[in-house]
Amino acid sequence: MNPTHSALDLLSIAPPGWGGVLLAGALATVLISSGAYLVGMLIGLFGALGKLSGFRPLQFLLNAYTTIIRAVPELILIVALYYAGTDGLNRILAWAGLGPIEINGLVAAVAVLGFVQGAYMTEVLRGAILAIPVGQLEAAKAFGMRPALRFRRIVLPGLIPNALPGFANLWMSVIKDSALIAVVGYQELALAARVAASNTKEYMVFFLAAAVLYLVITIVSNMLFAALEAYFRRGQRPVV
Amino acid sequence: MDFSWIFPYRDLILQGAFLTCLLLVISVTCGFGLAIFLAIAQVGKNPVARWLAKGYCTFFRGTPLLIQLWLIYYGLGTYLPYIPGLRTSFLWPILREGLFFAALALTLNFAAYQGEILRGAMLAVPKGELEAARAVGMSPAMILRRIWLPRAIRIGLPTFAGEVVLQLKATPIVFSVTVMDLYGAAYKIRQDTLLVYEPLLLVTLFYVGLTFLITQAFQKLENAVPTRR
Repeated sequence: MNPTHSALDLLSIAPPGWGGVLLAGALATVLISSGAYLVGMLIGLFGALGKLSGFRPLQFLLNAYTTIIRAVPELILIVALYYAGTDGLNRILAWAGLGPIEINGLVAAVAVLGFVQGAYMTEVLRGAILAIPVGQLEAAKAFGMRPALRFRRIVLPGLIPNALPGFANLWMSVIKDSALIAVVGYQELALAARVAASNTKEYMVFFLAAAVLYLVITIVSNMLFAALEAYFRRGQRPVV
Repeated sequence: MDFSWIFPYRDLILQGAFLTCLLLVISVTCGFGLAIFLAIAQVGKNPVARWLAKGYCTFFRGTPLLIQLWLIYYGLGTYLPYIPGLRTSFLWPILREGLFFAALALTLNFAAYQGEILRGAMLAVPKGELEAARAVGMSPAMILRRIWLPRAIRIGLPTFAGEVVLQLKATPIVFSVTVMDLYGAAYKIRQDTLLVYEPLLLVTLFYVGLTFLITQAFQKLENAVPTRR
């Protein structure tokens, strides 16, 4: 390594520097996180509705899902689901008479993190739905709204302000959890920083740069969520 | 399911479980101590201390633990040998180990989250109690020691239980800096025996069991603290 290289040279975007690799990693982190977030939100919505449905076997299954996922360390879940997911899919393919396939790292990461997020989302959404005043739902029923219409017009707009603080927390945690994907070898920001650092032996520079990129992502998201919450609470009386 | 590996690997598993518990205890106790200073700095009047404590919490809460761990292990670790005298000192065998850096990273990270919670709890202490303490002539240090902190810790107790569980779930990450904790042991067993799920299952049961114990212990503690509602 040439000691005259400054941190700025190392971080420049063009290939001798590693800035481009880091930025690509940051983009991958945001992509994985948003994908997993959306998958988790979908799972969470059905999970919450299932938990509130009153159908016992479904409730039991969903309770097992949320309890187990929230009790086991994320790293173990990610490693186990990563192997179990690819393994299981290939077994199904073999059973169907098809050859094994190489699963895209991005898809696997999104699926695994999304499945984990889904458990937390289920709880956030369940709480948010329960926090809607019963009178509003009764009024909607009294007007003869059918369940689908009631969900779209009353439940959904009502739960969003209740769920937003929980959503914001989960977004922060999915960004930080996405770093764990580095352990199974998909190159997002953390692994990109590690690759750059071990190639140049400038560990401090690259891990600090990665930390700054993560901070930028989290701080910008914080501001966005604050703005979103202000927007969705515009009709509510301020609590003082 | 094949569990015949448990007996030959029992020492590795037990040592791993011990290291996991050790890391949890070190990071929670030291982190809690640091968190008290962070919380006091944040509710205090000194703008420099407040700004520093806020910055610290933002940094450690806004970046992944993995990055912090690597930053400390690889980043800080490469500079340590250049500190004169450190290499020959009695501390060097400790400072050379991954365990030291893992404990340091976990402690700093825990302190940031805990500091933020404690800050909220300190602000939640009823003003009247602090005014009463001042009225009977307690010095600021004594108010802090006898009234403000004990009350804040009681208020924050339910949240602490959750934080300790989250901290336990964060510990497996230390295997990435060569610490042979419980997950590290499972990883090694997987490499040796090519069994993927069985070691993970055993380790998972341990984490879930420990989580149960932690929540029970905090429940006991909460019930032991008299409260009036």
